[in-house]
Amino acid sequence: MSKPKLVMVGNGMAGVRTLEELFKIAPEMYDVTVFGAEPHPNYNRILLSPVLAGEMKVQDIILNDHDWYRENHVNLHLGKKVAKIDRVKRQVIAEDGTVESYDRLLLATGSNPFMLPVPGNHLPGVIGYRDIADTDAMIDAAKRHKHAVVIGGGLLGLEAANGLKLRGMDVTVVHLGPWLLERQLDEVAGKMLQKSLEDRGLNFLLEKQTEALIEGESGRVAAVRFKDGMQIPAELVVMAAGIRPNTALAESSGIYCNRGIVVNDTLQTYDPKIYAVGECVAHRGIAYGLVAPLFEQAKVCANHLANYGIGRYTGSVTSTKLKVTGIDLFSAGDYMGGAGTEEIVLNDPAGGVYKKLVIKENKLVGGVLYGDTADGPWYFQLLKDGKDIHEIRDHLLFGQSTVGDVGHQGQNKAAAMSDEAEVCGCNGVKKGTIVRAIKEKGLFTLDDVKKHTKAASSCGSCAGLCEQILASTLGGAYQATASDKKPMCGCTEHSHEDVRRAIRERELTSIKAVTEFMEWTTPDGCEKCRPALNYYLISTWPHLAADDPQSRFINERAHANIQKDGTYSVVPQILGGVTSVEQLRKIADVAEKYHVPTIKVTGGQRIDLLGVKKDDLPKMWADLGMPSGHAYGKSIRTVKTCVGAEHCRFGTQRSMDMGIKLEKMLFGMWSPHKVKLAVSGCPRNCAESGIKDVGVIGVDSGYEIYVAGNGGIKTEVAQFLVKVESDEAVMEYTGAFLQLYREEGWYLERTCHYVHRVGLEHVKSKVVEDAENRKALYARLLDSLKGVKDPWAERVEGELKREFEMLAVQPA
Amino acid sequence: MSDWKKICTLADIPRLGARVVQNAGGDIAVFRTAADEVFALHDKCPHKGGPLSQGIVHGKRVTCPLHGMNIALDSGDAVAPDVGHCDKFAVKVDGGDVYLKI
Repeated sequence: MSKPKLVMVGNGMAGVRTLEELFKIAPEMYDVTVFGAEPHPNYNRILLSPVLAGEMKVQDIILNDHDWYRENHVNLHLGKKVAKIDRVKRQVIAEDGTVESYDRLLLATGSNPFMLPVPGNHLPGVIGYRDIADTDAMIDAAKRHKHAVVIGGGLLGLEAANGLKLRGMDVTVVHLGPWLLERQLDEVAGKMLQKSLEDRGLNFLLEKQTEALIEGESGRVAAVRFKDGMQIPAELVVMAAGIRPNTALAESSGIYCNRGIVVNDTLQTYDPKIYAVGECVAHRGIAYGLVAPLFEQAKVCANHLANYGIGRYTGSVTSTKLKVTGIDLFSAGDYMGGAGTEEIVLNDPAGGVYKKLVIKENKLVGGVLYGDTADGPWYFQLLKDGKDIHEIRDHLLFGQSTVGDVGHQGQNKAAAMSDEAEVCGCNGVKKGTIVRAIKEKGLFTLDDVKKHTKAASSCGSCAGLCEQILASTLGGAYQATASDKKPMCGCTEHSHEDVRRAIRERELTSIKAVTEFMEWTTPDGCEKCRPALNYYLISTWPHLAADDPQSRFINERAHANIQKDGTYSVVPQILGGVTSVEQLRKIADVAEKYHVPTIKVTGGQRIDLLGVKKDDLPKMWADLGMPSGHAYGKSIRTVKTCVGAEHCRFGTQRSMDMGIKLEKMLFGMWSPHKVKLAVSGCPRNCAESGIKDVGVIGVDSGYEIYVAGNGGIKTEVAQFLVKVESDEAVMEYTGAFLQLYREEGWYLERTCHYVHRVGLEHVKSKVVEDAENRKALYARLLDSLKGVKDPWAERVEGELKREFEMLAVQPA
Repeated sequence: MSDWKKICTLADIPRLGARVVQNAGGDIAVFRTAADEVFALHDKCPHKGGPLSQGIVHGKRVTCPLHGMNIALDSGDAVAPDVGHCDKFAVKVDGGDVYLKI
């Protein structure tokens, strides 16, 4: 049976991105034909400015080379402009007479530069700024002529002016508005930008209206005349006064257009066989001219072309960044402010820094950064997440580093880093390597960067930094996704939040039920989503959902920690770090019997036996006769204690006892990530309660409970939750907090990240202020831990032991 | 000379899991997919030698437990953009028994 035919008109970034998304989810579905009016394969149009400025070459900005089209069996017509769509016969006809039939048609015709309707706008030497041919024309003009005029002081105009100046021309930018980039900047930032561009030798004429372009003796343009009578020489005039959706083909075929080809939230036009994406589209009345929203459209459109029927495009908040080397400028959202908004401003004209954040009802709604844009992506993320910022308001303007979310080595200014600087300390990836991969391989997401460079793919502490590098390298093409909308993994569109909700509300109790109900694109998920799903199921439906060992990482399947050489480590439970002669003797005997090469005291006050072969594990566990210490799981780990009032002359509370009670209560508790506790007997805090998921500090009148501390990847000081008087209250509050985290946390999110996301206020409202809810949480925790067995004892004999047994070739 | 040798029954290998066959030339990992297809690879990741048998199996791939490289079970090749290759062995299921050619 022959496949349905998909024809795409337009071979630009939005269209080809749609194909890429389509090939990812339904590679074999269509016979695909593409018409491109330009003679080039798909290239990165937003990098034309660096090409003009001489910083890159045309071949560097090709995104999909000819091989890509061949490998994906795309029938490619380059240099052929489509003249007509016959919607009755379902055919497209190119100017050269080429005819192709379609079952589905995708219009991605992009936009055209707006040519001012003034006399002389057709003269040689008058061009728009849109494609490789325009760029070549400018480079050529710069070799032979002296005076250039750029009409339009927007992003594109300024980038063109900068490039022409670098190529040796005298450049004047003519702008109708009162300041530059008035669609992206407020007046203060606009004036600062103008000053620094003037320092580079550019000239500006603001509030000038062009009246005519004057023809010279050669027939080429020679001058620009304004309404006020002023005239300046120009052998090159670049029109950068905006773009218009290219709807000529759609309109002539009777497809409804209104300042763009009108589409619904599935990117479908008024003809159901015809879809449209990109700059040619008007979605809810808006035609986007930046690449990031177009990629969002591409993803949704591909989903519908693949008949998945899910995903809606609901519009985009955009951010912009000017690609003029040496000038840092960032703006997003509602940067002008106005009624009902508040502004926080930092203005240092001498230092060349200006920052303005616009806040409405405790949420960031827009901002402009000039001179120091390192925090642009972070602000943009806050804006998209709609995060309540009142807790961090007092240092919001000073950036992410002041709110404790810094990357590796405290490095958080991606743009300021040299190419040689190491970004990922785990895998030794330098900034230059990441930037090169982004440019050469056409990467657009953090996930792409992780896959191609391995940066941020181990501990993840440099993910924020990688995201910044991505943002500063891509400029306007960078698109932050709201965190609660980020897909779990490549198998699904759904976020962790969506999946947790569906499991709860739809009462899904198996991985199969989740992946079927939520339309996973892979048959049985991947190494990223399966462990998450397994955790969500067993934590939401304890005693109901069955644990799936094959969906657990090896450490949790083998109940031991895998080491670099494939051996394992054994850490028996030593409650509260308090041991005995009997325990120590058993551990020593076992270590001797199995020739354990390394014995190490752990940070969690236990003893680690390292270098154990997998098939020895059950035998060792049997000989030890001690329960598992869970030193390997996304689970309760240890409760660290100091000696406390039992011995210490300063101790106010019996911290060892309290720690042992907590550790016993939490035995066998699975959680989104590992959970570590500590109990100190006095504020000297020898058990380091200040950097634990739950830290308890004894004081004379009772206990203080701190939560969401972290001593690992990102050192975070725990935050004060509540002060209580009795041991029972410590158990209840601790249990309730951990249960809240177990129910709301996303897989692999430590408590510090979880509380950072939901806010301490939220935690307090559920655990401290609402006694009934606290008791209910505590009861659910105890219920889910009811009947928990020691995993080691369960695996010493019987069915579960099979995991540890090797196979041998059987005699014939 | 290599020959078909019986190693276990299909039921001995968990679905979406693996077992390890001891072998003089290096351990061999025998995988079973959700669709009951069986594949065998040298139990050594081309990246840093991790035991692939201990990884999570999904589709026709396994993810190495050490650093997360994905290996295609049917070819032994690392999944792009990673590069690498792992030796594969012929394996077949006959009457519920699994045979390996070694």
